[in-house]
Amino acid sequence: MSNIVLQVEDLHTSFFTRMGEVKAVDGVSFFVRESETFGIVGESGCGKSVTGLSIMRLLPEPGGRVTGGKVILEGKNILELNKKMMRAYRGKMVSMILQDPMQSLNPVYQIGDQIAESVRLHQDLPENMVEPEVISALRLLRIPAPESRINEYPFQLSGGMRQRVVGAIAMSCRPRLLIADEPTTALDATIQAQYIALFEDIQAKTNVAIIFITHDFAVISRICDRVGVMYAGKIVETAPTREIFKAPRHPYTSALIQSVPRLDRKDERLFSIEGQPPSMMHLPAGCRFSPRCTVSMDICKEQEPPEIKLTEDHSVSCWRVK
Amino acid sequence: MTRFIIIRFLQSIVAFFGIMVLVFFLVRASGDPTVFLRSTTSTPEQVDLLRHKLGIDKGIGTQFWIYLKDYAKLDFGQSYSQQRTVAQEIKDSLPNTLKLGIPSFVIGMILAILLGVWSATKRDSWIDNGVKFIAVLGQALPGFWVAIMAVFIFSVHWRLLPAQGNNSIACYVLPVGTMVFFMLPGMMRLVRSSMLDVLDSEYVKLARIKGLSETKVIWKHALRNAMISPLTTAGMLFAGIVGGAVITENIFNWPGMGRLAVTATMARDFPVVQTIALLVAIMVLGINLFVDIAYAWVDPQIRYQKS
Amino acid sequence: MQTQTTATAIDTKAKRKYSGMPRSRRIMQNLTFWIPVVIFALLITCAIFAHFIAPYPFDKMDMVNRWAPPGTPGHLLGTDTLGRDILSRVIYGAQTSLAVSLLVVAITAGFGTALGILSGYLGGNVDSVIMRITDIALSFPGMLMAILLAVSLGPGFMTVVFALSILGWAGYTRLVRGEALRIRNSDFVAQARVAGASSWRIMLVHIFPNIVNPLIVIMTMAVGMMILAESGMSYLGIGIPPPRPSWGNMVSDGRAYLSPPQSAWWISVFPGICIGLVVMSGNFLGDWVRDKMDPRLRQL
Repeated sequence: MSNIVLQVEDLHTSFFTRMGEVKAVDGVSFFVRESETFGIVGESGCGKSVTGLSIMRLLPEPGGRVTGGKVILEGKNILELNKKMMRAYRGKMVSMILQDPMQSLNPVYQIGDQIAESVRLHQDLPENMVEPEVISALRLLRIPAPESRINEYPFQLSGGMRQRVVGAIAMSCRPRLLIADEPTTALDATIQAQYIALFEDIQAKTNVAIIFITHDFAVISRICDRVGVMYAGKIVETAPTREIFKAPRHPYTSALIQSVPRLDRKDERLFSIEGQPPSMMHLPAGCRFSPRCTVSMDICKEQEPPEIKLTEDHSVSCWRVK
Repeated sequence: MTRFIIIRFLQSIVAFFGIMVLVFFLVRASGDPTVFLRSTTSTPEQVDLLRHKLGIDKGIGTQFWIYLKDYAKLDFGQSYSQQRTVAQEIKDSLPNTLKLGIPSFVIGMILAILLGVWSATKRDSWIDNGVKFIAVLGQALPGFWVAIMAVFIFSVHWRLLPAQGNNSIACYVLPVGTMVFFMLPGMMRLVRSSMLDVLDSEYVKLARIKGLSETKVIWKHALRNAMISPLTTAGMLFAGIVGGAVITENIFNWPGMGRLAVTATMARDFPVVQTIALLVAIMVLGINLFVDIAYAWVDPQIRYQKS
Repeated sequence: MQTQTTATAIDTKAKRKYSGMPRSRRIMQNLTFWIPVVIFALLITCAIFAHFIAPYPFDKMDMVNRWAPPGTPGHLLGTDTLGRDILSRVIYGAQTSLAVSLLVVAITAGFGTALGILSGYLGGNVDSVIMRITDIALSFPGMLMAILLAVSLGPGFMTVVFALSILGWAGYTRLVRGEALRIRNSDFVAQARVAGASSWRIMLVHIFPNIVNPLIVIMTMAVGMMILAESGMSYLGIGIPPPRPSWGNMVSDGRAYLSPPQSAWWISVFPGICIGLVVMSGNFLGDWVRDKMDPRLRQL
């Protein structure tokens, strides 16, 4: 079993708005090992992106703040680092890919410069070694003809290519942890498959641990080793991917999997989960999923279920599970 | 890119010609300059002679043709109210205006950028609130009034700074301050809001993800994009500066083109006003052209598409 | 079914650092509406009923009481160099300023909007030409135009109106064109075209109602701005000529008497404050209207 690169313990993140405190992440715990891809899946608004931003300590200010818990990266609790040290960590130890490739790159600088900036910042290389490093990052992301690409501007590239450049920036200093926040959502379906294959390739070459945030189960099944299912700020089930699909234990997980449309079963009505996710300012008492849960019991409406470890790798928070 | 410049340049020439025509007819719209220049005892023959001397007894078409010819020769004519040529009047006053205008512009821009960026990055701090306050006050209070109050306080009451003359550095303080006051609120607000938009963008987030220091994020990544928007209003900014210059020169009796324009207007001195108008028009078109080119240079997308 | 505010909205846009709205802030927000409204109401009242409200006619001279300071019996705000009551002149000045401003706003908004809709909807060469002219009008110094017109037409009420209108439409055109472009590409316009509506009908019935909102915001602010512009012209002497008071020419009147022996600061100060108050009110009201129509656009 390889080492654990990231350990998140009881993370709490809130946004302080004019209308009150919004507990976007309310007690989330998970871990990710070296060379492993951990998926965080859930509906829009469940807090998965905020989790990623919290780990990077890049919450929007004013308003967003981590209010509790630990984030231990390679043995160090990075929530305790001062700003300067955290900056040193960003890009070098942990990096992030954002969702929209059309917006992520600075339109007025060439892409070579944008990658080089990262290299110069975190690696102590003599100037003539910088460009080869940039080119190697581009190659890692399988960008063709990297030597000529470095002088191009973002608008000259297609969406899929831009996303690879973003990936190159992220991987240019070979971080230990990569957080990918819905990187395929804005890409065409045909490009998605290629891009996902890239991740596997990168992981094989660099042993990086990846957190893959998405709402798309198909992507999860393709690339993730383990999955955490998030709902209304909490992780309700964590398990290896195969087990999640074959034997989900949490009602929300099974409902999610059921709602993925399937081509092999004909004449079926599309399944969707009744109701809406709760307002993050007015959370229900007890289990947060209980208002929409088809198998909820009385105790579900009164008390939040504890986390139960079924096996080393599989945990659930549900009163139905003993 | 060169094709772009050439087209824009040609458009400017057409526009300038249009403005020349406009100014010509505007200036002669209804006024009869002899009204000011003749005394109550002039005989009709003397008035006619005056008319002939000023060249306004010819038909409009002829006048226009003479106008074009003269201007092409850079002969701007004789001032109606002074015994000098228009060219001389302008040669004397233009440097003074520049002496006032250029420092004011530079100081104004630097302050606007500094304060605008500072206010955008430290939201809700005392700087931000101060900037917002100045912006509101600066856009509401009339510039001439503030200048007069400044004169009253600093010059009359406290006797700190002179209100007239242009021979010492101290003489520059109040006029330059007034000019800056005209420019600052609008520009500052623009920089601030543009900066706020840019700071929200994904690529700024990415810059932070890379681990860049906040200073680099703001001044290298954010600002360059944020300045694109205020740049395009540089043309309008110039219009404001002209207005401010006219008023400032008037208040402080600064012997520049602004004061000249007003005194010439009072005296119905057509040639002077006309020439100043055209000079300013050239500057306006020049600035517009410059802005278009600069915009293309700064934003690579435009540059590549036009080539 | 529970009310929901999805956390996605909070994810990306939460920017406040207060939890719950403090009372002081709510009071401030109310004040920023009511004070401008009161000021505008005062302005309009003075403008319409100047004749009845003002204690003296604006040109009544009193050579015995020249330069009387504020508080002198009978003259709340003092008198000027000819003994004329400042308060009355300020009230009549409101009339002048408001008249100019409303007229100019009506003309410029009307013409500018029409041009903007045409330009944005029709596109092509029409658009290019109109935009080029608009660009030039926007960057042409208004002060210079005012000077040109004053030279040819002489100072006067209509000259001021003309001077402010001849360039003032351009701002509206640019704004309206942008909105018209956006709306032109929307689905409901496409539907109207599919149904066979003529261009004129589309412009009138579909595009115009959708630009009314931002237009009202701008017009509210423009009232104050036009008063500011007119006062500048009057200050220089190329606006409203004496004896009719305009806040601008009143400030100019007082300039010469700031220093001793008269030290009559009140001649210039009061009209200036009036201008500032009115312009600020216009801006705040404009902001308030904008917030009401679309809170997402809130600047702060």
